[in-house]
Amino acid sequence: MTATTLATEKLTGIRLPRLDSRFLGSAIKYVALPLAGILVFLLLWSVTAQRIDTSLGKFPGPAAVAEQFDALYQEHQRSREKERAFYERQEVRNAERVAKDPDYVPKIRAYTGKETFLDQIVTSLVTVMSGFLLAVAIAIPLGIAVGLSPALNSAVNPIIQVFKPVSPLAWLPLVTMVVSALYSTPDPVVAKSFLNSLITVTLCCLWPMVINTAVGVAGIDRDLVNVSKVLRLPALKHVQKIVLPAAVPMIFTGMRLSLGVAWMVLIAAEMLAQNPGLGKFVWDEFQNGSSDSLARIMAAVLVIGAIGFLLDRGMLALQKLVSWDKGISQ
Amino acid sequence: MQWKKSLKQLAGALALFAGTALSTAPVAAEELGYPEKEELTFGFIKLTDMAPIAIAYEKGFFEDEGLYVTIEAQANWKVLLDGVIDGRLDGAHMLAGQPIAATMGFGTKADIITPFSMDLNGNGITVSNDIWEQMKANIPKQPDGKPVHPIKADALKPVVEKYKADGKPFNMGMVFPVSTHNYELRYWLAAGGIHPGYYAPHKGDISGQLEADALLSVTPPPQMPATLEAGTIYGYCVGEPWNQQAVFKDIGVPVVTDYEIWKDNPEKVFGITREFAEKYPNTTVRLTRALIRAAMWLDENNNANRPEAVKILSQSNYVGADYEVIANSMTGTFEYEKGDKREVPDFNVFFRYNATYPYYSDAIWYLTQMRRWGQIPEDKSDDWYKDLASKVYRPDIYEAAAKSLIAEKLAKPEQFPDFATEDGFRDPQTHFIDGIVYNGHEPNAYIEKFPIGLKSGQKL
Repeated sequence: MTATTLATEKLTGIRLPRLDSRFLGSAIKYVALPLAGILVFLLLWSVTAQRIDTSLGKFPGPAAVAEQFDALYQEHQRSREKERAFYERQEVRNAERVAKDPDYVPKIRAYTGKETFLDQIVTSLVTVMSGFLLAVAIAIPLGIAVGLSPALNSAVNPIIQVFKPVSPLAWLPLVTMVVSALYSTPDPVVAKSFLNSLITVTLCCLWPMVINTAVGVAGIDRDLVNVSKVLRLPALKHVQKIVLPAAVPMIFTGMRLSLGVAWMVLIAAEMLAQNPGLGKFVWDEFQNGSSDSLARIMAAVLVIGAIGFLLDRGMLALQKLVSWDKGISQ
Repeated sequence: MQWKKSLKQLAGALALFAGTALSTAPVAAEELGYPEKEELTFGFIKLTDMAPIAIAYEKGFFEDEGLYVTIEAQANWKVLLDGVIDGRLDGAHMLAGQPIAATMGFGTKADIITPFSMDLNGNGITVSNDIWEQMKANIPKQPDGKPVHPIKADALKPVVEKYKADGKPFNMGMVFPVSTHNYELRYWLAAGGIHPGYYAPHKGDISGQLEADALLSVTPPPQMPATLEAGTIYGYCVGEPWNQQAVFKDIGVPVVTDYEIWKDNPEKVFGITREFAEKYPNTTVRLTRALIRAAMWLDENNNANRPEAVKILSQSNYVGADYEVIANSMTGTFEYEKGDKREVPDFNVFFRYNATYPYYSDAIWYLTQMRRWGQIPEDKSDDWYKDLASKVYRPDIYEAAAKSLIAEKLAKPEQFPDFATEDGFRDPQTHFIDGIVYNGHEPNAYIEKFPIGLKSGQKL
C-alpha cells in the first residue's frame, strides 16, 4: 500500500490519465446513470400526466409540482410573517391589560395559526423518531431476553407472530380510545393526537426489532458463549461483553427495518386520525379538491419518499459506524 | 434580545397611553370581565358556512376579545361532535340538529348548547348527470328553454319508480342523520311523493330506510362529489362548495337549493357544552361577540366583503376549494345546470334577517322533523318541544353579547331583534316548497299536516 502511494507521488504525470479514467468510470456510475434515470422518469411522468384527466383537472406533471413546492414555501414565509405580527399584537395587548389590571400575570400564548407544509414535515419527523425510540427502548431488551432464553422465546413467539402483521389502521381506533380515557389532564404537556400517532407507530415498528434482536442474540457463536462460561461472567457482564457486540449487526438490521415501517405507518396514522403531519396534509388537500390539490399531494409524496430514503441511509450509516462487520451495504 | 426589550417598552408606553385615554371614557369591559379561558380550539367541517369562524380569526375579532383561537378542520360530523364532548375542542361549527339530538340523547348523549346561529340557507341538492337526463323530460320549461324553478321532486318520482320496478336501490347521500341536509332532502323528496324512509331507534334501527323509496345514507361533505362520481349514490344534499364543485367537475347537476325548499331556513349553529358555558361565562359571551362581529362583517354593505371572504375561505387551511367554486354561491349567484347561472342573493345569509339569533322556533322545527321521520319514536307534548328548545338554544347569552356590543358602539340596536319584546319564536313561516305553514308554537299540529310522515299516536 505504502509503495503504491510513494509511486503515485513520484509518477503523478504518468498515473493521472489512469486516475482520470477511473474517476470517469465512477462518475458515470454514480452521477450520470442515476441522472439519466431521473430524466427518463421525469419525461415519462410528464408525458403520462398529460394523458390522465381527473375531475380535478390534468394529473400534475413535474412543472406543476415544482410550482407547488414554490407556492408551499411562499405560504410558509407568509405564515412566519403572520406569526411575528401575532406575537407583537399579543405583547401590546398584554401590556394594555397589565396597565389596567396590575394583578394580571402576562402570559405569551403560542401562535394559533395553521402549521405550514414545512412545520408538518418537522412534526412528522419528531413523531416518527419519538415513536421509534420508544419502540427501541422496549424491543431491544425484550429481544435480548427472548434470544437468551429458549423457554421465553417459545412463550412469547405466538404473540409476536400474531401482532406483527397487524396494520396501523386496526390499532388506531383502540389507541385513540385508550389514550383519551387514560390521558386527561386539563393542561397537557403533549397533545393527544401526538400520543395517538406515537403509540400507533411504536406498536407497529416494535416487532421487526424484537425478532431480529432475538435471532441475533440466539445465533451467537457457540465458542463465544463457551468463553463466557469458562470465564464465569455474571449475567449482565455476559450481555454487555459477549451478547451485545455479537448481536449488533442483527439489531441494527432490525432497527432499519423498523424505521422504514415506522415512517410508512406514521403517514397512514396521521391521515386516518387527523393527527398533524404530512399524512394530514395529504388528506386535507384531497378534501379541499382545489385545482392545485393533486400537485400538492404529489409534492408531499416526493417529500415523504425523500425523507424515507434519508432515514434509511441514516440508519445504514449508523449501522456501519457501530458494527464490526464492515461488509454490509445497501 | 435588544429589540424585544425595546418593543416591550414601546408596548408599555402604548398601553399607558391607551389606559389614560380609556380611563376618561366609561369602560364597558368592567361589566364584561376578562375571559376565564383564553386559549381555545374550535373545530369545523370544510363548508363555506364556517365563514364566521374564519373571519373572526382573520379579522382579529377573537383577539379583540382576548381569545387566542386555533381553528381545526375535522374529518366528519361525528368526530367533530365527539371532540366537543370530550373537550378536545372547546366549540365547533355544528349542524343545527346536533346540539338538539345530543341533548335529547339520539346518538351520543351530551348537554350541548348554542348561543349563536351561524347562517341561513346555503345547501343544495345535486343529482348525477345520468339522473338529470332522465328527470329533465318531466320538468316544465320556461320560454327560453331553461327549466322552471323551483324544481320539485315530482320530476324525480318517475325515475325513482323505474329504479324500484327494476329492483335497483335508489341511493342518495346526506351528511349526518340529524343534519339539516337530511331533513331538507327528506322534505323535498316527501313533498314530491317520494318516501325517504323512517327511523326506529326503539327497535335499534337507525338506518332511516324503513318503507323507503329512496335510500339515504351518510357521506362526509367533502367526499360527496367523489362518491357521486363513483356511482355509489345518485344524488346528494350538502352545503357549499360541494354542489358547485359537481358543476365544475361536470359530474352532476344541482337541481334545487334549500332556499327554494324553505326560504331563509336556519342552517349551522355554534355549539359548546353547557359545562363550558357555566365554567367560563365571560369566554362564552366574548366568543359570541366575536362571531356576531364576523357575521356582521360578512353581510356588511350588501355583501361588499364577500369577495375578500371567499379569498380567505379558499386558503387550504379553511375550505380550500378554488376561488371560483366558492365565489359562485357566496357572492349571490348559483349555477345549476352548466351555464344556467341564476341570481340567488340570499343563498348564504350570515347576519341579515336576524340570522344569528338562536330562535326557539328553529330548534322546534328540527324536532318536528325528528318526530316526523321517527327519530323521536313516540308522541311528545307541545311543552316538551319548548322545554327542550330552551335547554339547547340560549338567546340569553346572545342578548348579553349583543347588548355589550351596542354599549361599545360596535353595533346598533336596530341590527338585532328588539330584546324587550322578543319571545324567541319567529312569526308563522309560509315559504315552504309544499306551501305548508309552520308555527313554532304548535309543533304537534304542524306534524299532522304532512301527507308523508308519522302522525300523532303513530309508532313503528
